[in-house]
Amino acid sequence: MERLLKILEQNGRLSAEDLAAMLDRTPAEVARQMDEAQRLGYVRGYRALVDWEKTSANHVEAVIELRVSPKKNRGFDEIASTIAAFDEVKTLLLMSGGYDLQLIITGKSFQEIALFVAKRLSPLDDVLSTATHFVLRTYKKEGQVFAGEEIDERECTTL
Amino acid sequence: MNYDALIAPRAAAMRPSGIRRFFDIAAEMEGCISLGVGEPDFKTPWAIREAGIRSLERGRTQYTANAGLKELRAEIAHYLKRRFMLEYDPLHEVLVTVGGSEGIDLALRTLVAPGDEVIIPEPSFVCYQPITTLIGGVPVSVRLLAENEFKLTAAQLKAAITPKTKLLVLPFPGNPTGAVMERADLEAIAQVLRGTNIMVLSDEIYAELTYGGRHVSIASLPGMAERTVVVNGFSKAYAMTGWRLGYAAGPEPVIRTMVKLHQNCIMCAPTTSQHAAIAAMRECDDQIELMRTEYDQRRRFVVKSLRGMGLACFEPRGAFYAFPYIGGSGLSSEEFCERLLYQKKVAIVPGTAFGEPGEGFARISYAYSIAHLQTAFARMREFLEELEETAHG
Repeated sequence: MERLLKILEQNGRLSAEDLAAMLDRTPAEVARQMDEAQRLGYVRGYRALVDWEKTSANHVEAVIELRVSPKKNRGFDEIASTIAAFDEVKTLLLMSGGYDLQLIITGKSFQEIALFVAKRLSPLDDVLSTATHFVLRTYKKEGQVFAGEEIDERECTTL
Repeated sequence: MNYDALIAPRAAAMRPSGIRRFFDIAAEMEGCISLGVGEPDFKTPWAIREAGIRSLERGRTQYTANAGLKELRAEIAHYLKRRFMLEYDPLHEVLVTVGGSEGIDLALRTLVAPGDEVIIPEPSFVCYQPITTLIGGVPVSVRLLAENEFKLTAAQLKAAITPKTKLLVLPFPGNPTGAVMERADLEAIAQVLRGTNIMVLSDEIYAELTYGGRHVSIASLPGMAERTVVVNGFSKAYAMTGWRLGYAAGPEPVIRTMVKLHQNCIMCAPTTSQHAAIAAMRECDDQIELMRTEYDQRRRFVVKSLRGMGLACFEPRGAFYAFPYIGGSGLSSEEFCERLLYQKKVAIVPGTAFGEPGEGFARISYAYSIAHLQTAFARMREFLEELEETAHG
């Protein structure tokens, strides 16, 4: 299973037949493992890794550090589930260190993100403070180099 | 100046790579997808690069001993013992060379006198024949056959031996075929050679890249170390092609003579590379394994994809090449590869680049990502379908 997950993490578009060949299994076995991986939540989804900077679309990304006061009986979970429910929030992590929650959010403009912080995030009861950092450029994401793509410098043909 | 008259006849007569022109076209072609390279796509593991950098920072920029750093030779001897059960005295039986290529060159020049015959199984790596000819030796080609899984058989070897035979070149795991010789196959070869004066040049540069079984060196069989020069290197196993570092191990009198040639031609292998290589052998067993696992997955994918296109493909058990039969297209290897290049912009290497016995085959390297292989195979499939249509239309 682990080897299958590692391959899928790199390339989610391989067919069960190709995966079966790579792993020396039958396609049926691989298909069953893939179903199981989804059922057990090992695989949370398959999607494209989009480089929005390359497109003409308006796309702004920000990292927000949040300090919150945890609830007595539910700790950080309650506030986290409230924040996770916002569509704008792409990633939400509980952190060790200087702050508690880290959000990665995307929007169409700086203003949209600023409004989200001001109107949705800051007013929440348990939020003590926010610090918003806008992403200026993505160099690498999910293991994929975005800026300055790597060129294969090997000679086209060598013996 | 009349350079034609100036250039030494033996150098002038060296067979130029007949497909160089084709390679040059591939290199210049916009949007060309290559499956042509003979080197890893991985970067040298960081621990190795760091050791090289550290040696530069400490100013280790002088020559080393001719035979190589003593510390590195000790590591090589230790490595050969723990991975392939080979016993060599690092001080007298190991020489650090500029890539495996220099080891091959030195071994040939040390052993082969004018008129001596050198048995070369083909298709195989390209340098054995031209170097043999250059030094006045006589190359004797033995045709490796797909039905023998591209192994050299004892019967083929026996048939090729004459009183003039000096050396057998044994290039396994094989480039371009991906063939391996297992212990029993090697034992059969060893039986033919024991009691003769024939030496073996065992080119084991792909020894770490075998799938479904560890590489066996012929030098590890009883009575064979004394008649074998093992050539190996860091290029393929550790993804260190550009560092130009290899080594040879063999009987003391042979290595001593090779060192003599080496100190006159080369002086010593690159010092930075030697320091880096010590780290490679000490710290990188797990990195080798990671790369090998990755190649193995690609290997299965490649064989499945090629067979899926209707090409007969022997299952390679070593190196990082597949060697499908393309003769069913009715085209020669060169025609097939040239048309594939012009029509679909995919570069693969005609089997004949590795000797005439490679006719009917083509070499496909899988030192590429799966995504890259997928794109190339999609184009190859189209190419084959169009060939088929033309044939029937």
